[in-house]
Amino acid sequence: MSIGARRGELNALFGFAERSMHSVRRYWVWEVVWLFYSMVSVLSIGFLASGLGTLGAGGGSFDLRRAQLYLLIGSLLWGYLSLVFMEAAYAISWERWEGTIEYTFMAPIRRVTHLMGICLFAIGYGLARTFVVLLAAIAIFDLDFSHANVAGALAILAASTLPLIGLAIFTSVLPMVSPQKGEQMSFAVQGFLLLVSGVYYPLTVLPLPLQAFGYASPLTYALQGMRQSLLNGASVTDELPNVVVLLGMGVAMIPAGVWVFSWAERRAKRLGLLKRSG
Amino acid sequence: MSQSRAVEIHGVRKSFMRRERGPDTPWWRRDLREKVALHQLDLAVERGGVTGILGPNGSGKSTLIRILATLLTPDAGNARVFGWDVVTEAREVRRHVNRVSVEASFFKELSPWENMVYAARLYGGGEAGTRARVSSILERLGLSLDTLDQPMKQLSRGQQQKVAIARSFLTAPSLLLMDEPTTGLDPRSKKEVQAMLEMLRAEREVTVLLCTHDMDEAAAMCDRVLMMDGGRVLADGTPAGLCARHEASTLEDVFMQLTGKTFEAEEEEEEVEEVAR
Repeated sequence: MSIGARRGELNALFGFAERSMHSVRRYWVWEVVWLFYSMVSVLSIGFLASGLGTLGAGGGSFDLRRAQLYLLIGSLLWGYLSLVFMEAAYAISWERWEGTIEYTFMAPIRRVTHLMGICLFAIGYGLARTFVVLLAAIAIFDLDFSHANVAGALAILAASTLPLIGLAIFTSVLPMVSPQKGEQMSFAVQGFLLLVSGVYYPLTVLPLPLQAFGYASPLTYALQGMRQSLLNGASVTDELPNVVVLLGMGVAMIPAGVWVFSWAERRAKRLGLLKRSG
Repeated sequence: MSQSRAVEIHGVRKSFMRRERGPDTPWWRRDLREKVALHQLDLAVERGGVTGILGPNGSGKSTLIRILATLLTPDAGNARVFGWDVVTEAREVRRHVNRVSVEASFFKELSPWENMVYAARLYGGGEAGTRARVSSILERLGLSLDTLDQPMKQLSRGQQQKVAIARSFLTAPSLLLMDEPTTGLDPRSKKEVQAMLEMLRAEREVTVLLCTHDMDEAAAMCDRVLMMDGGRVLADGTPAGLCARHEASTLEDVFMQLTGKTFEAEEEEEEVEEVAR
């Protein structure tokens, strides 16, 4: 690709992120509402952990503070991960609803640029929102990160970005396949990932068939690695196995996701499904 | 860009499968039926000039426009734009084509300016210089610049359509596909759009395919007119030539002679579910 063409693709990539930023800026009051909802979700998990003692879970070697951190890490990371791939599905649904997807598909850009642009915004938006919720959780629960290895946690966060983009692209295929029900279908996918990815419990408590799905989910390794670094101080070196698994999954999932999306686009063009009303 | 014709179509056919319930079928059963939108179409359009495509709803005009815009894949045959195949060389085609549809499709929560910057970025542009160009186009289209930063949803249908036309001019296409661009505009706005199109043609070579219901608009603006019905081209010629050939005073009379029906008598465009074959 020539330098000019590459610059054009980068410009379009930024354009996709910019249009979503315009929407956030214009409807900032709604963003406050969504942030409140994210905060309430995470805080309720934190308070649930605080109440475990009164439910009789505090005896013996049970470490209530550690359990609270375990659950809050799950809740925070899940909030971020699920927000990113739901945002990608929403972006395609939004384009379909407004009818602008025809204009996007008519533009002389690569499909991967379109999808990466959507993911770029989703990741930035997800990180910003999760950071605010994290600050609130730290302030309210007086969380102890004295054992945490921040570099290890950041390595996991960075490595998890690749499979997360792949997962987001897969999710964004759903509104392409079904304009009416696609976005709702992505909620079903989200629910299943929540069940099998060890967000609030170790995979070992699941029945074996569900464990198999759990090991296939990149979110499992992102959560596992994050907990190892924040709870047990695992360093970047200790995290290498998780990082390698996450990067490997990302390398496989991104091209696979783009291929499936392109298939859905070809199908829509063959059947005449792009038109909003037809 | 190669020196090929603007549009070259050979044997293009397009049909859609629809689920329909017949009068005697039970409520729970809907049968798949094929609706042919285009029958083995052959067409060549030279560079420059305005070619009008006239026909009632369901005649295949929009299907033709969508195929040229790379938004629909033909079932058979091939279509080329400036020599590039619309299926196998779609990205090359897209560099030179833009479209105005009857529905002004925008992110309605965003402003015209935000929508324009988005469109500009998809075609390699950016904020720099775009605002001046957008303002200039919108002024020529008679749209107040106060509307530039309001959400699209607060604009009237006519105002939205003008922004849609401005968006298509912004990317400087060599082939402009206009699918009923003036539907819903008041007479004065229609004239402003027509004047803008004339100005654009005077500035640089642009080929325009204009689908319209408005016979006066077609007679005034088009160098050549195709009349379509039921997915077939019924007549092809200059507006004056068609009238002379059919001894008619207006293009509407020509259409009546060819089909035995008027545009007004046609039903609303069918919006029936199209499903996988």
